[in-house]
Amino acid sequence: MKQLLILGAGTSGTMMANHLRKALSKKEWNITIVDQEETHYYQPGFLFLPFDIYKTKQVKKKIEKFIPKGVKLLKEKINRIDKDNDLVVLENENILQYDILIIATGTNIAPQEIEGMLGDHWQKSVFDFYTFEGARNLRNKLRTWEGGKLVVHISEMPIKCPVAPLEFAFLADSYFINKGMRDKVDITYVTPMSGAFTKPIATKELGHLLEQKNIKVVPDFNIERVDAENQKIIDYGEEEVAYDLLVTVPTNMGDELIERSGFGDELNFVPTDKTTLQTKVKDNIFAIGDATNIPASKAGSVAHFEAEILTENIQRYIQGKELKKEFDGHANCFIETGHGKALLIDFNYTQEPVKGTFPFPNVGPLSLLKETHMNHMGKLAFRWIYWNMLIKGKHIPFVSATMSTSGKQLETTNNL
Amino acid sequence: MTTTEKTYAGVCVTCNEQGYLTNFEQWNKDVGLAIAKEEQIEMTDKHWEVIQFLQEQHKKQVPLSIRKIGKSGVVSIKEFYQLFPKGPLKISSRISGIPKPVSCI
Ligand SMILES: Cc1cc2nc3c(=O)[nH]c(=O)nc-3n(C[C@H](O)[C@H](O)[C@H](O)COP(=O)(O)OP(=O)(O)OC[C@H]3O[C@@H](n4cnc5c(N)ncnc54)[C@H](O)[C@@H]3O)c2cc1C
Repeated sequence: MKQLLILGAGTSGTMMANHLRKALSKKEWNITIVDQEETHYYQPGFLFLPFDIYKTKQVKKKIEKFIPKGVKLLKEKINRIDKDNDLVVLENENILQYDILIIATGTNIAPQEIEGMLGDHWQKSVFDFYTFEGARNLRNKLRTWEGGKLVVHISEMPIKCPVAPLEFAFLADSYFINKGMRDKVDITYVTPMSGAFTKPIATKELGHLLEQKNIKVVPDFNIERVDAENQKIIDYGEEEVAYDLLVTVPTNMGDELIERSGFGDELNFVPTDKTTLQTKVKDNIFAIGDATNIPASKAGSVAHFEAEILTENIQRYIQGKELKKEFDGHANCFIETGHGKALLIDFNYTQEPVKGTFPFPNVGPLSLLKETHMNHMGKLAFRWIYWNMLIKGKHIPFVSATMSTSGKQLETTNNL
Repeated sequence: MTTTEKTYAGVCVTCNEQGYLTNFEQWNKDVGLAIAKEEQIEMTDKHWEVIQFLQEQHKKQVPLSIRKIGKSGVVSIKEFYQLFPKGPLKISSRISGIPKPVSCI
């Protein structure tokens, strides 16, 4: 029997287990998947949790619920990969041998990377919402917060779901209006990028949203440290932003197991071919989702498109065929803008987000790069799609793995 | 995308709306020097070392970040700010003739 080993049973690993159990012969291939957690979290729900829009139980389910029959699940922490001997060493020192390895260990926050971010103030006046605990603690804080300076902040790029912090700022505006205390809250969005939007068309179409919602933007801010005592963040250029409540997205990094395995870049992301998803580490090691260093967005929708292509490439690899260089960086993301509305963007490595309709040309029902209630319903429906279709590896009708240009207004653009 | 033609040091280059070269092939050191002048940067050997590092990363298709520069061994992040004050990655990318670092939207 040959062994296919998947590291990580989050969005990507779970999808690959479902796809591959169907695609590979049960007589020839054992499939094993390893994860340290009991729970599969619906991470997009962490955006809604702080605002009491979702309850905690809506964003977590038992991990084994989504692992198909015929795939062995090991709930263990992974220590490292021994690529030269095709082995994975678990923290309990058990050793797993593999013929093919898929790395799907995602990315996590690393607040320790920023001086002064951790300390007594962590989860008291400085919060993240990228973890279940962070989102829940922030919800508890917001329930009784009496207002002041709310600073929504990105530490450094890349982060997973790069639009989530902006959505957080939009939803905060909505939340405080509904609570009748918007006049007591000052919202500032602080980003290391040159603006909240950086692509020309999105900037033109969406720039007004921030002004309309009275959200101040501080661009080009590269944080050096948090001065928790004086409640301010300071950047390398000595610029300071004061806060009463700091909601930050700390540096995002791949798991330390990647560093212990002796590969990975300075943020522990795995060097991976951006079209085939084979790693540059060794031919029999593939990577998917947030764990890779490819220049696509780190998002569940991206992982979903990658999974379809990786499933095919694993089969080609087994058959000794050339891998398909097919992944184009396709991403499809809803962006909550508050007050029951959302935007939808669809883009890839070379095509920036543009206006149009989705998924049916000229029909929709969803509108690209435009605030609509229908898009908001789409975002909420995404949770159902996630639990029932996406991670189970079911194809989502009408949406292809590579980006389609029909129904899009492309005449004005080409990528930068 | 609208582009404009600009002449730097006698070389006609194509730039995007924000003044970044759209074709790296059109770059040479004199063009870089002229753009630096526009950015009010007095170029020294250290500046050029950084520019060279950025261009090498660009050719290898490695996305650039402040952290990457800090770990490059060429300059520390503090020094990078001293060389190209206010938005150093933006300014140095422009002088290098490579695209501005962008997010997805
Ligand atoms: C606030 C927020 C909002 C988001 N919104 C959206 C959205 O609207 N749309 C969208 O498409 N995406 C969204 N995302 C992104 C999406 O959740 C991720 O891109 C997706 O979950 C990535 O899947 P993954 O499998 O690569 O990583 P993960 O799902 O994070 O899975 C990684 C798994 O590996 C395991 N693991 C890691 N290291 C080890 C180890 N050493 N030993 C054992 N197990 C290990 C972890 O326990 C985890 O289960 C959002 C994310 C956040 C945080």
